[in-house]
Amino acid sequence: MHAPVSWLRELADVPADATGADIAAALVKVGLEEEGLSGGDISGPIVVGRVLTVEPEPQKNGKTVNWCTVDVGDHGQRVTEGKAQEIVCGAHNFSAGDLVVCVLPGGVLPGGFEISARKTYGHVSNGMICSARELGLGDDHDGIILLTELLGADAAASLQPGDDAIALLGLADEVVEVNVTPDRGYCFSLRGIAREYALSTGAAYRDPADLRVAEGDGTGYPVHLTDDAPVEGVVGCDRYVARVVRGVDVGAATPQWMRKRLTQVGMRPISLAVDVTNYVMMLLGQPLHAFDLQTLSGAVGTRRARVGEKLTTLDDVARALDPEDLLIVDGSDTPLAIAGVMGGEASEVTSATTDVLIEAAHFDPISIARSSRRHRLVTEASKRFERGVDPAVAAAAAQLAVDLLVEHGGGTADPGATDVGEPRTPAAIAFDTALPTRYVGLDYPREEVLSTLRAIGCVVQDDAGDAGDAGDDVVTVQPPSWRPDLADGPDLVEEVARVRGYDQIPSVLPQPKDGHGLTHGQRVRRVIATTLAHQGLVEVLTYPFVARDLFDRLGYAPDDSRRRAEALVNPLSEEAPLMRTSVLDTLQDALRRNVARGHRDVAVYEVGLVTVGREDAAVAPVPGIEVRPDDATLDRIREAVPAQPRHVAMAAAGDASVAGPWGPARPYDASDAVAWVLTLGTALGLDLEVQAADRSPWHPGRCASISLPDGTVVGHAGELHPKVTAALDLPARSVAAEVDVDVLIAATGTPRQADELSTYPAAHTDVALVVDEQVPAGRVEAALRAGAGEGLESVHLFDVYRGEQVGDGRKSLAYRLTFRAPDRTLTTDEVSALRDAAVAAAAEQTGAVQR
Amino acid sequence: MSGPNTQYDPVEVAALDPAAVEQAVTDALAAIAAADSLEALKAARLAHQGEKSPLALANREIGALPPSAKAEAGKRVGQARGRVGQALAGRQVELEAERDARILVEETVDLTVRTPRRPLGARHPISLVSERIEDIFVAMGWEIAEGPEVESEWLNFDALNLSPDHPARGEADTFFVAPAGSGLVLRTHTSPVQVRTMLDREPPIYILCPGKVFRTDDLDATHTPVFHQFEGLVVDEGITMAHLKGALDAFVQRLFGDGIVTRLRPNYFPFTEPSAEIDCQCWVCGGADASCRTCGGTGWIELGGCGMVNQRVLRAAGVDPQRYSGFAFGLGIERSLMLRHGVGDMHDIVEGDVRFSRQFGMEI
Ligand SMILES: [Zn+2]
Repeated sequence: MHAPVSWLRELADVPADATGADIAAALVKVGLEEEGLSGGDISGPIVVGRVLTVEPEPQKNGKTVNWCTVDVGDHGQRVTEGKAQEIVCGAHNFSAGDLVVCVLPGGVLPGGFEISARKTYGHVSNGMICSARELGLGDDHDGIILLTELLGADAAASLQPGDDAIALLGLADEVVEVNVTPDRGYCFSLRGIAREYALSTGAAYRDPADLRVAEGDGTGYPVHLTDDAPVEGVVGCDRYVARVVRGVDVGAATPQWMRKRLTQVGMRPISLAVDVTNYVMMLLGQPLHAFDLQTLSGAVGTRRARVGEKLTTLDDVARALDPEDLLIVDGSDTPLAIAGVMGGEASEVTSATTDVLIEAAHFDPISIARSSRRHRLVTEASKRFERGVDPAVAAAAAQLAVDLLVEHGGGTADPGATDVGEPRTPAAIAFDTALPTRYVGLDYPREEVLSTLRAIGCVVQDDAGDAGDAGDDVVTVQPPSWRPDLADGPDLVEEVARVRGYDQIPSVLPQPKDGHGLTHGQRVRRVIATTLAHQGLVEVLTYPFVARDLFDRLGYAPDDSRRRAEALVNPLSEEAPLMRTSVLDTLQDALRRNVARGHRDVAVYEVGLVTVGREDAAVAPVPGIEVRPDDATLDRIREAVPAQPRHVAMAAAGDASVAGPWGPARPYDASDAVAWVLTLGTALGLDLEVQAADRSPWHPGRCASISLPDGTVVGHAGELHPKVTAALDLPARSVAAEVDVDVLIAATGTPRQADELSTYPAAHTDVALVVDEQVPAGRVEAALRAGAGEGLESVHLFDVYRGEQVGDGRKSLAYRLTFRAPDRTLTTDEVSALRDAAVAAAAEQTGAVQR
Repeated sequence: MSGPNTQYDPVEVAALDPAAVEQAVTDALAAIAAADSLEALKAARLAHQGEKSPLALANREIGALPPSAKAEAGKRVGQARGRVGQALAGRQVELEAERDARILVEETVDLTVRTPRRPLGARHPISLVSERIEDIFVAMGWEIAEGPEVESEWLNFDALNLSPDHPARGEADTFFVAPAGSGLVLRTHTSPVQVRTMLDREPPIYILCPGKVFRTDDLDATHTPVFHQFEGLVVDEGITMAHLKGALDAFVQRLFGDGIVTRLRPNYFPFTEPSAEIDCQCWVCGGADASCRTCGGTGWIELGGCGMVNQRVLRAAGVDPQRYSGFAFGLGIERSLMLRHGVGDMHDIVEGDVRFSRQFGMEI
C-alpha cells in the first residue's frame, strides 16, 4: 500500500518537518513493514513557462521538432544571456502563449535524471518542456503538460512564468510504501494508514469517513440480498448500499489532484467514474463498483452462480462460473459481476453512460477469496474484501463517490439511498486487563491498557470492581468494525504491546528444568555421518523427487516393493513426480553431476528420509482448526502418513586412491562399498555380517547384503549393475551402498557389555582350505568360527590362491587363526584340537579340504 | 710364546724400553686418528690393540722380568694400553656418530609431496550449521524433536490455525500428495512436529524442530523448493514474550557472536498471537557501515518469524491455554549459512558439488 505524505497530512497531524523516512519508521513500529520510499528525488529548477515562439523544423528522418523560446521568468538564459529560454521540443500539442512546465539545466527529474543543456537537431536545447510522465504525474506521454488544462483556466490565470512548478504540482511529495499483513485489511486505505500513524505517534487523527451521509430510506434503487448456499454458513453479502447519480458527464476530466494521487498510489487514471471509485477505495478502503444504470433491468441483487453460467468480465475474459461464486445480478437475473472481484462488461460505465449506480457492499471474505483464487483473478477489490473491509464505511464511501461525481461530473444525485443487510459486528471480548503484563512479561498499567484499546477504536466497558471469578479484572471490549481480526485476549495483548513498542520488551532467558540432550538415534546419525566423512565421502543433500521411469532404469523387478512410490499432485517438474524410495535414487544424480563437473574420482553420501509407498491409500482426515480431534481421528491422521525410514546411501566412481609417486592408482571396487558399511558397524559397536546377494541395482556377482547377527538386513553394498550405470549415465564400475539407519539405531542403544581381556599369550596357526570357486569366503570364515568356538580370537584371510595345484573351479583360502584362552596359556595340543575342530566345521559346511 | 718363561729371566727387554713403549703409543694414536671409517678403525684396533700389536707383545714380556722390575714395567705398559684403548673408544664414538648422521641424511624423503592416499571427506555445511544450532539449544536444556516430511494436512495447516482458505494452502505454495484429497502434503514448515509433540506429551515442552521443508518455489540464487529450517517451541506455565526475546538473544549470541541482540517487529502469522518478525543486529558492521553487504547498510538482518503460540493452536493440540502459554519461532538454515559464511548462490548449497562441502571441513 502506497501512502503519499501530502495525502496522509490531511488525515493526521504529521509534524511539518517529518520526512517520509520518519513516517515509515513510525509505521514500522506498529507493525507495517516498510517496502519502499519514493519521491523526494526531484529538484529544480523546474518552473512555469509561457511559450513565446514555436518554429516547426522538419528533419531528415521525417520527424518535425519545434524550436521554441519560452519565458521562464528570472531563470536560465534570461539571467545569463538576457534572453528567453531556447528549448527544442518534440511534442506538438501546444502553441505560442500556452503555459507549460520547463525543467532547466541543473534540474533533476524523478529517477535521478539530471538535465543539462545539450545539442540536438542543430540547436542547443536549454532544458525540456515536460510531459506528465516525465514529472511522475501519470502515464501520459503523448504530449506536454498544458497547465491551463491541468489546473483549470481559473487557477492557471494567476500563474507567472518562473513560478516554482515543484511546489505548484507537489512534485517533491514523498510516497511511503508499506506491506500490509493479512490481518490488517483496513490498512489497505489511507484511512487505515493514517490511523496507524496516529496510534504510533500520538498525532491527532481525522476520520475521512466522518461525513454527512444520506440515510437509507427505502426510496433508493431496489436491492435484494439472496444467498441460498452460504459458504461455511456465512451469507455472501451482509450489507449493500446503492446510490444513483443521473446526468453525469462521464467525459469530464478527472481533477488533477485526484489523478496525481491515483498515480502516486500506483493506479492509472482512466475516466471520471472509474477514478472516483478508485480514489474513494484508496481513501476509505471500501471497494466500489459503478454500473451503467441504463443497462440494468429491475432490482439489483445477489445470488450464487448456476452450473454452466458464464460472465464476460471487464478484462474481456469469458469466465465459466462456479456455483460457489457470489454474483451481482439484475432484475432479469442476468449476472452483472462476480461480487467483490470484478464487474461484467455488459454493465460497464462507457462513454455513452449518463446515469450511474454506485455499489458499496460488504462481502464474505472467504467467498471472495475462493472466487478470486478459482478465477486466478486478484483485483484491488478482491484483495481488500479477502482481508476484511470495514462494513460500517459503506454508506460514507458511497456518499463520497456521489459527491465527487456530482462535483466533477455535474450530475444530480437521487435523493433516496438504499442500505440493506445487517453486517456482523466483531464479538465483544471479555478481557483480563492483567493479561498483557502476564503474556508479554512487561508491566502494562491498567490505564495504559484501556487507553490503548480505546485508541485503536475499541469500546471498552469498564466494569471496574466487577472482578471475575478468579479475582481478575475483566472488562468487556467491543472491537471496532474495521478490526474483524480482534477475536480474543491475545489479539488485544498484541495491540497493547505494539503501541508501547516491542522494543520495550525485556530479554529473559527461559529456564527449562531439565533436558535429556540428544536422543540415541540423533547421536547415532551424527556418528554415521562423521564416520563416512572420515572415510573420504562427501555429504550432499539432494531433492527427494524422482522420475517415473527411474525404477526401470534401476532394474527393479515388476513386483519390487521399492516401485511403490508416493506421487505428487503438483510436482516441481513432471519429469520427477515421485518421492524417492531409496536415498540412492537421488544420490546418483549428485554422483553424475560431480563427474560431469570433472571430479573423476568422487565419493558422496547422503542421510535422509525415504517414503514407503502406501499399499492402501487411506485418506487422512482434515477435521479443521482450533479443536483437538478425538483420539480415533488423530489415529487415522497419523496412520495415513506413509512410513518414512531414514536411510544413508553412499556412491563412488573413479579411483579410491590416485596414482602418484607412492604407487599406482586403485579404483573404487565393490569391496569399498562393503567396507563403508562394515565400518559404520564398527563405529557403532556392531558386528555386522556380509553375505553374497543379488539385488537391483547392483551387479549380481558383486553385491553383498549386510546384516545384524540376528539376520536382520541392514542394507546392501557393491558394484552397480553395468546396465544400471549405462541407463543412469554413470561411470562404469561405479559402486554404491544403501543402509537403513533406523535398523542400526534400533540395534544399538543398550549399553554394550565389555569383553574381558585375556592377558595370556595368543597362539597363531595357519590353515589353507580349498573350496569350490562359488563358496563365499564369508561362509568359510563363519564355519571356522563356529567350529573353533570361544577360544578363537580372530580369523584373518591372508591369501587366496587359484591355479593348477588346487584345480579348475577351485580356490585356496589361507587363514591365520588366532586362539587365546581367558584363564591359561593354551598348550600346543589344545591349539591343534581347536584348529582341527574349525577345519572340520569348514569341511562339513562348505566342503573345504585342508591343503 | 705363551706364558712367562721362568727359565729365561732377562733384566731388560727391548720391547719394554720406555722409548719403545712410547713409540708404540704414538704410532697407535696416529693410526687411530687417521682412521676415517669404522672399518679403518677396526684395522687400527687389530694393529695396535690386537694380540700381535707391539703393546700386547710388550705386556707379555713383563712376566719375564725380575720381580723388582715387574712393577715399573707393568705400570708403564698398562698406562700405554690404557691411552690407546681410550683413543680407540673415543674415535669409535665419533665415527659411529658420523655414520648415523650420514644415514639419516641419506634417508631424507620429500614430505612436500602430498600423498592423499585416503583424503578426508566432508559434512554438508547445512548439516553442520544445523547440528551447531541444535547443540546451542541442547546446551540450554532443550530437546530436539523430529517428524515426517510427508505430513498430514491437518497437522501441517489446520492444527496451526491455517484454515482451508488460507492462501498458503494452495497448489501455488504447497506440494500435495496424490491422489488429490489424500489429506497429505509435503510439510511446508517443521511446525507439525511441534503439534505432534504437544499431542504426545504434557508441558513443560522445550523443543527445537530442525528439518527439511518444501515449498513450490523455483530454484534461484536465493530460493530453493527444498530447504531446511529450525523451529523452536516452548510451552510452560508463565511463559512470556520476554522469554521469547531471551531465547532468541541467547541463540544469536551463540551463533553470531557475543553482544549481538535481536529486535522484534510486529507482524502477523496465523499460528502465533502476538506475532513478530525477528531482526538480528549485523554482526559484520554492527550498523556502522552504510555499504555493508551483509545487512544492506541497515544494521539489521531479517532472520524469521516468531510469536506467542496462538491459543487456537494450543487448543487444537490439546493444551489448556488457561494454564499454559508458549512461544514459537522459525528460522531458515540456508539463510543462516548464507549470512554467516557468505554463500552467495543457493545453487551451490543444493547441487551437491563436492567442492562446496569440502571447503567447510568437519566443524563450522
Ligand atoms: Zn552490516
